[in-house]
Amino acid sequence: MFYRIPKFNYYRASTLDEALDLVSSLNDFKVLAGGTDLVIDLKVRRYTVKNVVDISRIKELDYIADDGDRVRIGALTKLQSIADSPIIREKVPVLANAVREMASWQIRNIATIGGNLCNASPAADTAPPLYVLNATLRLVSKEGEREVPIAEFFLEPRKTALRSKELLKEIVIPHEPGCGASFLKLGRRNSFTLSVVAVATLVKVVENKFADVRIALNSVAPTPVRARKAEEYLKGKEVSLDNITEAAKLVLHDISPISDVRASAEYRKDMSVVLTRDSLIKSLERIGIKV
Amino acid sequence: MYVKVSFKLNGEDVTVDVEPNEILLDTLRLKLGIKSVKRGCERAECGACTVLLNGSPVYSCTLLTVQIDGKEVRTLEGIQDTPEVKALVSKFVEAGAVQCGFCTPGFIVTAYAMIKKGVEPTSENIKKALEGNICRCTGYKKIIDAVTKAIESVK
Repeated sequence: MFYRIPKFNYYRASTLDEALDLVSSLNDFKVLAGGTDLVIDLKVRRYTVKNVVDISRIKELDYIADDGDRVRIGALTKLQSIADSPIIREKVPVLANAVREMASWQIRNIATIGGNLCNASPAADTAPPLYVLNATLRLVSKEGEREVPIAEFFLEPRKTALRSKELLKEIVIPHEPGCGASFLKLGRRNSFTLSVVAVATLVKVVENKFADVRIALNSVAPTPVRARKAEEYLKGKEVSLDNITEAAKLVLHDISPISDVRASAEYRKDMSVVLTRDSLIKSLERIGIKV
Repeated sequence: MYVKVSFKLNGEDVTVDVEPNEILLDTLRLKLGIKSVKRGCERAECGACTVLLNGSPVYSCTLLTVQIDGKEVRTLEGIQDTPEVKALVSKFVEAGAVQCGFCTPGFIVTAYAMIKKGVEPTSENIKKALEGNICRCTGYKKIIDAVTKAIESVK
């Protein structure tokens, strides 16, 4: 056995109330949702904790609900359920596409969307689509609930806006008909791979002009980021390949990649520009516009 | 701290006392004598430890045994007599999809789950389903050929 997980105390919650009781009474704990990140992190000693709170059995947080003007996803919904969901495929296909490319089937069967977000890896692949969809996260504690826009949730690598006694309850995605969105991911290989960079874009076009543009990238900054400069450049401008190509170069203002085992900073910068351009073109295609 | 964990293993009820830090892979191999489940990378990358949890393939190296309390686990031992696995085994042999054999149980379990879920057997879908299993000998082509032929033969 190469890895040994240090001992910890194990607590299991069956309901959200039980989980909130546990996280408000314990110190030095980690929450286990699916555990596909946490168990490895315990093995490699990224974290050493005294207590683990297993929330994986809380059925009330495993759902995908279509309210018409918005889609709500429970924090403990498994990635494979999201990839397979007819609601997600119809209303927010960009999220289904991103999730389908995450990890492997074996991991998607266990890993949850809430775990992917709360683990706050700079390479979280659910983040770019949720950024461009303007998703809101509903956080809950014994004191009550609050909503945080996804772009304010990630603070730094492995750190989120969650307070110590708070849990992520659900992800709320407003439904905006008429928008085109796409997700492109570049890894070291084609499947079962972490992002070297991934980009999601969303466009809305009125009378051949960009009425709204949203661009988000992961793996190129301490947290997933919106590329505001590029977005602002395109808003109000005519839909053309020249404008898109110019805008894509501006993503360099909002990213600060590092060199690591997956890629060099220079390569990430170059690929961020290429993927942003390609994703914008693809998002336009989704609403029937060819450039 | 020991926790009592009860689950169904290949159709039979089992109960084990485990420390919370014990992984399912160790419970299966060391306590329950299930040797088809292989210890490969131990960090959710290779697929050699794949088992079925309530019918879906998962890695047993990154599941704590306490997580499976009350659930149903099936390993290759529990499905080896099904027509799907018999077809997979014979097509793996015919196609030369087995060399050292270490990854084979994981591939068979994952491919079995794919057949049972009714995934349409296109080459693309087979590759997608098997993306979480690594083979360092065959180069995959023979494995994909074997799975394709197995699916055709059980139709």
